[in-house]
Amino acid sequence: MEEIKKTCLYDRHVALGAQMSPFAGFNMPIQYKGIVEEHNAVRNTCGVFDVSHMGEVEIKGPDAEKFVNYIFTNDVSTISDGAILYGMMLNENGGVVDDLLVYRYGADHFFLVINASNIDKDVRWIKSNVSGFDVCVTDLSETFGELAVQGPNSESVMKDVLEMDCKDLVFYTFKETKWDNKTIIISRTGYTGEDGFEIYAPHNVILEIWDRLMASKKAEACGLGCRDTLRFEVGLPLYGDELADDITPIEAGLSMFVKLDKPKFIGREVVAKQKELGAPRKLVGLEILDKAIARHGYEVVNNDEEVIGYITTGYRGISVDKSIAVALIDTAFAVKDGEVKIRIRRKVYPARITAKKFYKKSYKK
Amino acid sequence: MNKTYYSQSHEYITVDGNIGYIGISDYAQRALGNVVYVDMPEEGDEIEAGEDFGAVESVKAASDLIAPVSGTVLEANELLVDNPRLINEDSMANWIIKIEIADPSQLDSLMDEDSYKVHCEAGH
Repeated sequence: MEEIKKTCLYDRHVALGAQMSPFAGFNMPIQYKGIVEEHNAVRNTCGVFDVSHMGEVEIKGPDAEKFVNYIFTNDVSTISDGAILYGMMLNENGGVVDDLLVYRYGADHFFLVINASNIDKDVRWIKSNVSGFDVCVTDLSETFGELAVQGPNSESVMKDVLEMDCKDLVFYTFKETKWDNKTIIISRTGYTGEDGFEIYAPHNVILEIWDRLMASKKAEACGLGCRDTLRFEVGLPLYGDELADDITPIEAGLSMFVKLDKPKFIGREVVAKQKELGAPRKLVGLEILDKAIARHGYEVVNNDEEVIGYITTGYRGISVDKSIAVALIDTAFAVKDGEVKIRIRRKVYPARITAKKFYKKSYKK
Repeated sequence: MNKTYYSQSHEYITVDGNIGYIGISDYAQRALGNVVYVDMPEEGDEIEAGEDFGAVESVKAASDLIAPVSGTVLEANELLVDNPRLINEDSMANWIIKIEIADPSQLDSLMDEDSYKVHCEAGH
């Protein structure tokens, strides 16, 4: 077992009395004051997350654009320099190696933001596919820390507290700026369904920014607990729940991030076929017609109590006051408003199939 | 006088004759955070010492309720159906089930208030 890692803000979290717990190999803050309070801060005002566990990989070289397009489902040749695309890296079977953001500096330079739980796997995967491409792959995960400033007040918090004017930074674009002569990256992105920014910077800068945000009292410290409830309510997938090596993006309902009208990419054959003929399983939203809560891994069954799938994520919603879940089920049962059942401990409970988006996103576009 | 016993898994049972009131300790409710649902057995159900008889769910996760002793459920606390937060407000006053204790000698294997305090301080 590898030693558990800490982010550069570990001591700050402990001093704030955070409940710390291992996540993706890091000892991370799950909550400070409480998940509900932190969740509501992001929906209504502003919250800041330490997401320094996330990984960053730089791809540079004359073939960078061609290479990224070969390992990535979306088409990075279609966006401008300074823009960002969401998509997946697939294995040969069309399963998701990871979902990630790709930042485009230029045709010869990209910056990939990957999940903490997959850093080693991803870096190995990327490097194992470079043959024939003139590129240089660098894992910068240890160099960068990351903060996510999220919520309707984010733009004014960035300006008033951090003196970072971001009103012209449009959704899914980024810019580089200086903090004490050190280069940092700011993007208008996030994982909460609210307007917000993500800041990538060296560890000492992350510490200074965090301290300034805390001192201002204008941003609530938020843990990974509410990060999960926030992303879940707006239908954003989490790798390990909705995405995995054996789940395709078509099954996960992410077809729009898979572009077939570009040169061959890894996994294309399988996803092209599924786009045309349909996938065997489908990710659906569920509203449980009871107060019981469906958790990850619980079985979804049909009327004869035969297993037709499993729950990927489930909560008592916080912004949506209902018992809601997302499940990966046989496509034959994935009919809107259809009824299925969920086995929760000793009983089965009826649930209605809904959209995966339980709460409306309010991005500033 | 009523006496309260505690289990390793943080349930308590307050005993009044052969009647027991089972809930979760204050330490447990604190660790769980916001309780959003309590899954309870029904009147007449048998519970068995060491086996789960329901669950307390916080926003984060489900936590099984383990029976400290065996017995028959006389009543589930209906107030918790619409108001699970009562567990956070006062978990000792808001018991989850009332049971008829089958074998009072099973109480001997549980902890009293003082030993339970030590158990919690040791970080269990």
